[in-house]
Amino acid sequence: MPDARVHVPGEVPRGKPFEVRILIRHPMETGYRTDDAGKPIARNVLSTFACRYNGEAVFSARLSSGIAANPYLRFFVTARDSGQLTFEWIDDSGVRGGERVAVTVV
Amino acid sequence: MIGRGSRRLRARRRLLQGGGALALARWLPAYAADRDLLDIPALSAFLAGRSPRWERVRLDLPQLADNGQAVPMKIAVDGPFAPGPQVRTIHLFSQRNPVPEMAVFEFPVPLERIEVESRVRLAGTQRVVAVVAMSDGVLFAAGADVIVTIDACMDGT
Repeated sequence: MPDARVHVPGEVPRGKPFEVRILIRHPMETGYRTDDAGKPIARNVLSTFACRYNGEAVFSARLSSGIAANPYLRFFVTARDSGQLTFEWIDDSGVRGGERVAVTVV
Repeated sequence: MIGRGSRRLRARRRLLQGGGALALARWLPAYAADRDLLDIPALSAFLAGRSPRWERVRLDLPQLADNGQAVPMKIAVDGPFAPGPQVRTIHLFSQRNPVPEMAVFEFPVPLERIEVESRVRLAGTQRVVAVVAMSDGVLFAAGADVIVTIDACMDGT
């Protein structure tokens, strides 16, 4: 099962903002919960998210336990030329994830 | 004749009073929002004495959230931005969550449409405030009150 689902229009008009939607599979563990034995479960939050277009940073987010499990983000990006939209994220336990999609400018 | 005239005067007075109250009510939300800033120490620390303008930002949250574990949240900043100051960051603060600064959204490149949507966790009925920092240092803000029926952080599992 993939770690993330990305929705981006296949073709976008040049220079016009287009919608990017991403849903990442992650528990966003708050650190306030305990397991069955009463031991606290360590905080593990997807803390850093970055989106690049053809290598250029276009959007990023610093998230906390205040964001719901399986974080969903919707934002806008502008493209001048066709290229790759890449997403990268890292959680508190150091696990990295990523996704990439192609965008065609018409 | 006289009686009818005075009745008309009374009606006119009531209308004027009503109008005055309406005009006052228009200003009340902004005033209340500014005062409520003090409720969130992390927000006061972030502002460090600066006062945001309560305009251009729309923070959409449901008035009533059944489940605080995932509450849909949308922030939109009204343009136009080019060629003037751009949106740099958006900070989202919670009044009652154990982590008061819920998220920071960063916009490294100029963008014509600033809109962010996500889902937040809310530990109880509270006020949420979004502060937008522009590239010229001006701050814009918007607040929203949410009634939460089932808190996040209270599931006890």
